[in-house]
Amino acid sequence: MSDDNHSEDQMLNTTSTEPAVTGSVSVHEETGAPAAEAGLDVSRIKQDFPILQRQIFGRRLVYLDNAATSQKPQCVIDAISDYYSGYNSNVHRGVHTLASEATSAYEDAREKIAAFINGDDPKSIIFTRNTTESINLVAHSWGRKHLFPNDEIVLTAMEHHSNIVPWQLLAKDVGCKIRVLDITDDGYLRLDQLNELLNEKTRLVALTQVSNALGTINPVRQIADAAHERGALVLVDGAQAMPHDTVDVEAMGADFFACSPHKALGPTGVGVLWARRDLLEEMDPFLGGGEMIRDVSFERSTWAAVPHKFEAGTPSIADVIGMGAAIDYLTSLGMENVRAHEQAIITYALERLRELPFISIYGPRNPEDRCGLVSFNDVDIHPHDLGTVVDRHGVAIRAGHHCAKPLMTRLGLVASARASFYVYNDMEDVDAFVDALYEARKVFGLPTT
Amino acid sequence: MNPTMSGLDDLYREVILDHYRKPCGGEALENPTIEVDGHNPLCGDDLRMQIEIADGRIKKLHIEPQGCSISVASASMLAKQIEGMTMEEALELKTAFQGVLKGGDWPEGIDFGDLEALEGVKQFPVRIKCALLAWMTLEQALAQYCPGAIGMVDEDRDIEIHAHTLQEKTEEPA
Repeated sequence: MSDDNHSEDQMLNTTSTEPAVTGSVSVHEETGAPAAEAGLDVSRIKQDFPILQRQIFGRRLVYLDNAATSQKPQCVIDAISDYYSGYNSNVHRGVHTLASEATSAYEDAREKIAAFINGDDPKSIIFTRNTTESINLVAHSWGRKHLFPNDEIVLTAMEHHSNIVPWQLLAKDVGCKIRVLDITDDGYLRLDQLNELLNEKTRLVALTQVSNALGTINPVRQIADAAHERGALVLVDGAQAMPHDTVDVEAMGADFFACSPHKALGPTGVGVLWARRDLLEEMDPFLGGGEMIRDVSFERSTWAAVPHKFEAGTPSIADVIGMGAAIDYLTSLGMENVRAHEQAIITYALERLRELPFISIYGPRNPEDRCGLVSFNDVDIHPHDLGTVVDRHGVAIRAGHHCAKPLMTRLGLVASARASFYVYNDMEDVDAFVDALYEARKVFGLPTT
Repeated sequence: MNPTMSGLDDLYREVILDHYRKPCGGEALENPTIEVDGHNPLCGDDLRMQIEIADGRIKKLHIEPQGCSISVASASMLAKQIEGMTMEEALELKTAFQGVLKGGDWPEGIDFGDLEALEGVKQFPVRIKCALLAWMTLEQALAQYCPGAIGMVDEDRDIEIHAHTLQEKTEEPA
């Protein structure tokens, strides 16, 4: 979008145009902990997020529910607003100026996300509404064509419902079977069971790259290699990975990769599916209607070329453009800096939580095996009560089954609390969170030592 | 922060915490008329309830609650409050209590007992379901035992309730 004037406006509206990255490592004043700010200038990043100015019950908002959805920087909000106020139009096939600008911005965003996950071909990117829809698209358009009775799909015990239920629906329709790779009690995949599970009937291994409930980072490449040796394809649920680390769909050996940019500073309403181009070419359409056709008569219809074959109807144009702005923002921070920042925060958070004798922590002990989230329980307080109390101290955490009920059952839990961190969180946020956990003990009249 | 300002004092009153720590209705019944399981799959709260009915009255009640403080306390208060009531009185109490949680005033002429302590839940809309689980469970159990005597049952699709009538109804409600 170099030939129109709204990109310039966009730059002016953006609160910081320089990447908020520093090279220095500081030490947190109060805790003495090594600051997570190595590489990221968090105090400056915070200024880019207007919502972080909000007070919740008179307290500074400490937003630790990033695994559910992230907050949005001003540049993303502006990109959406600029589209509606400057060049709102439907995309594709329009001959007027607005349509041309909107189409260009929409397709630019496709190139940005393709580059971001190292998918070399933007035509391999399909915009959906969310990760769930991306996985359903694969189950419908690939699964119904290629799976037959007694074929097998391998899932893992730590999947989100979005990577379970579409396969159950498919299995019921075509008569194929679902097999499940178990986990260890501390939240690692049982790789020792992988060879037993995979066989000549396995058609697909669908697994999460990072567990949304435990934070475990899975060895996707190793599993993909084992699956490919048996001729099976691999679908990677990247919803919790893409926002937090460098993603390379080629290097990880994915055949399908699904993610939700709203967890990566983008707006809700856009999901992404990347798939190998050859697979997309021979897959059937997902939804039928406008935008996805080449020709229509009452006798027969033919399909538009990939990726538009899979994008029926008017897409969420503003949100796709907003997503492009979010990708630019993350790219300017540098994903290796984002990962390092979250590593420092989760390391500190785990240390602080381990000081508390009344807290049980779930998932890998080694912070290097985690993304920036931690699931835990106060042994005496139900997570919903805990969530309510810490909210009144400005701290937003999630409590529940995290849409991973089979995992909770496997761990013998009904529910847990979860704190998840992102680029605008710092050590002070961790301290505020831990302070709020102490406050909850006081509300319930429980000892704090 | 002043806990009163944050509403936490209103929500977690001492009487609620007392019920949570030591719920009423702890003793299992030897001769239950109805057994019922109420479950909220959204949050995992779970309640097993046994009810013994004689002469149209709730003679004894046993609960096994699992969940947050609000759901456990509400179930415990229910157990304490409705023993000895007729089925109609118990359902009247349920309807009145539900009305209060949904924003109404406390109606006169009904003894709510400790339930009045749950007033603070009004300020926490997402927790109202916690306070109602026991009451929906009770209503479904009575509806199954005595379908004719109970009008429209408030069906909450988020709550799964499985009631088993162990003894056939032998008499009309009092």
